[in-house]
Amino acid sequence: MVMKLHEYQAKDVFADAGVPTPSSQLASDVDGVLTAAEEIGYPVAVKAQVQVGGRGKAGGIKLAEDEDEAREAAESILGMDLKGYRVERVLVEEAVDFTNELYVGITMDRGEGKPVAMVSTKGGVNIEEVAEEDPDAIAREHIDPAFGMHPFQARKAVYDAGVDKSVANDVASVLTTLYDLWESRDGSDAEINPLMVTADDDVIAADAVMNIDEDALFRQPELAEMEEEAASGGDELEQKADEYGFDYVRLEGNVGIIGNGAGLVMTTLDLVDYYGGEPANFLDVGGGAKAERIANALDMVFSDDNVDSVVFNIFGGITRGDEVARGINEALEQFDEIPKPVVVRLAGTNWEEGMEILNEDLVTVEQTLEDAVERTVAYAEEVNEQ
Amino acid sequence: MSVLVDDDTRVVVQGITGGEGKFHAEQMMEYGTNVVAGAVPGKGGQEVNGVPVFDTVHEAVAEEDADTSVIFVPPAFAGDAVFEALDTDLDLAVAITEGIPTQDMAKVNKRLTETDTRLVGPNCPGLITPGEAKLGILPGNIFADGNVGLVSRSGTLTYQVVDSLTNRGIGQTTAIGIGGDPIIGTDFVDALELFENDDETEAIVMCGEIGGEDEEEAAAYIDEHVDTPVAGFIAGRTAPPGKRMGHAGAIVSGSGTGTAESKINALNDAGVPVGDTPEEVADNIESFLE
Repeated sequence: MVMKLHEYQAKDVFADAGVPTPSSQLASDVDGVLTAAEEIGYPVAVKAQVQVGGRGKAGGIKLAEDEDEAREAAESILGMDLKGYRVERVLVEEAVDFTNELYVGITMDRGEGKPVAMVSTKGGVNIEEVAEEDPDAIAREHIDPAFGMHPFQARKAVYDAGVDKSVANDVASVLTTLYDLWESRDGSDAEINPLMVTADDDVIAADAVMNIDEDALFRQPELAEMEEEAASGGDELEQKADEYGFDYVRLEGNVGIIGNGAGLVMTTLDLVDYYGGEPANFLDVGGGAKAERIANALDMVFSDDNVDSVVFNIFGGITRGDEVARGINEALEQFDEIPKPVVVRLAGTNWEEGMEILNEDLVTVEQTLEDAVERTVAYAEEVNEQ
Repeated sequence: MSVLVDDDTRVVVQGITGGEGKFHAEQMMEYGTNVVAGAVPGKGGQEVNGVPVFDTVHEAVAEEDADTSVIFVPPAFAGDAVFEALDTDLDLAVAITEGIPTQDMAKVNKRLTETDTRLVGPNCPGLITPGEAKLGILPGNIFADGNVGLVSRSGTLTYQVVDSLTNRGIGQTTAIGIGGDPIIGTDFVDALELFENDDETEAIVMCGEIGGEDEEEAAAYIDEHVDTPVAGFIAGRTAPPGKRMGHAGAIVSGSGTGTAESKINALNDAGVPVGDTPEEVADNIESFLE
């Protein structure tokens, strides 16, 4: 999983490393925006600090020529809902007068198992769309992670992309810095889009994306501190799952799903769909879950109002059936009436012990995965008919 | 016959003094695996369940003739542990650890091109040749000796499919969990090649999932090089784009690569039936063996 830095955080990281960035200030209310704009000098851009793509199109970025426009921009953007995220803060930034917009980025090419540097003269637009419609417009250079990016590779990517000679050295230098940051900060993606070219042939990073490999945060203490701020917003239940340490994804349907192991949980979702139901979530309790964790998982799924029935599918390897049964009992015995029907299927390690422990007055037991899913879908339909 | 592991395999467990390493080394030995050594820096000279522990993998290889390593080292140190395994002349290293930083794996990936040692994993359940030996954390009791080779990106999904096979009296030559990370050692193509060249493997199960293009590459390989019948399964048909489904590698990208549909089509085009349910996979294998 990746931790996404906000634009203002990524810009700080980039600027510290020597990448030219426009002067900017963070603000969380209208007065703050106006003070910042005054100090920076008009025109300014007012940019929502939420981690969704296409902020501009969605109305999250506005240009202001004067105080009235800045006030208007601040009022419309602060507090707005941008693709499910409430905008709490904006970045007020010097508006750059540009003649050209480039793209530079570093990411991991999983197919090759190597990092790849990318440069394009088609900056300022969604690069994934460029990749699809005009793949040749992006120059790619794979990097040997043992050596890092050689200077010639940065130059080659820049020349291959057709960047104008007047700025080629500067762009190559930004790309080199970007790779060094990506490498030293355990980036999964580092991207500047657009990298603006000014009339004076200067380059300046008008946006900044830096996603960090969460598995490497243990050796990136500075970035780990930014995590709390970076993670704010988003779905309430997904945040709760983070606290519990579950792999959880909320979906649109009404059949709750709990299981162990990513592949098997995905398969359970697919079977719900196959039997005519709609999955409400993906929830993987992970390997070796104890009773308390199992109870937390049920609590999570029950607290989703969309859920009408729940299937609990465990195939134990390092997870033990007796622990699972204890957790299910614990979670359900606190209710006078079970809020939503629960179907349980236990297999693998200690499943027989589990079946003896499981309070069958509280749940429906099925022997196979297919039967369990079919039954759960039927329960969800019954609830809907009522 | 079997692939990669049998009762001659001599295993060193890296991280044998840790909780998981100790527990699973014991489980492996109970299953009949020949665990000859442990390797843990600073713990040389100790014994765990009668197994001698060495400070380095090199010593374990020199003293006990280990040819295979199973790695239960915590993620922060696991990349280094893999490098250590690859620095000896082991035949095989199996990394069970989940959560190794991706950049560490990119460096490992580069090193793999310079060594003859094979890597399985990381973030995998390991592999098992039923009745002979297991390397990793798979529950031995659901497997049975037989003629089906199995390769999968997911542990528990492997158990689900194996259980269906074993219940029908269909055993397995070897089952290999290749792991759910974006960068892994042995991939589908490598495993398919091993099974194709194994005389006893009469049919192959391949369980893939969304994310990446390994299944598409496997389909192309099957089309060209594999005569053994293959039954497929793809998990994640209902996964929305941009959401990671548990495994670090299981994500449909915004630009639409890595979808279940693309993988199922590729496999079908290569003549591989893809089951809608795990039971259907077992049905397909059963019909191959008739």
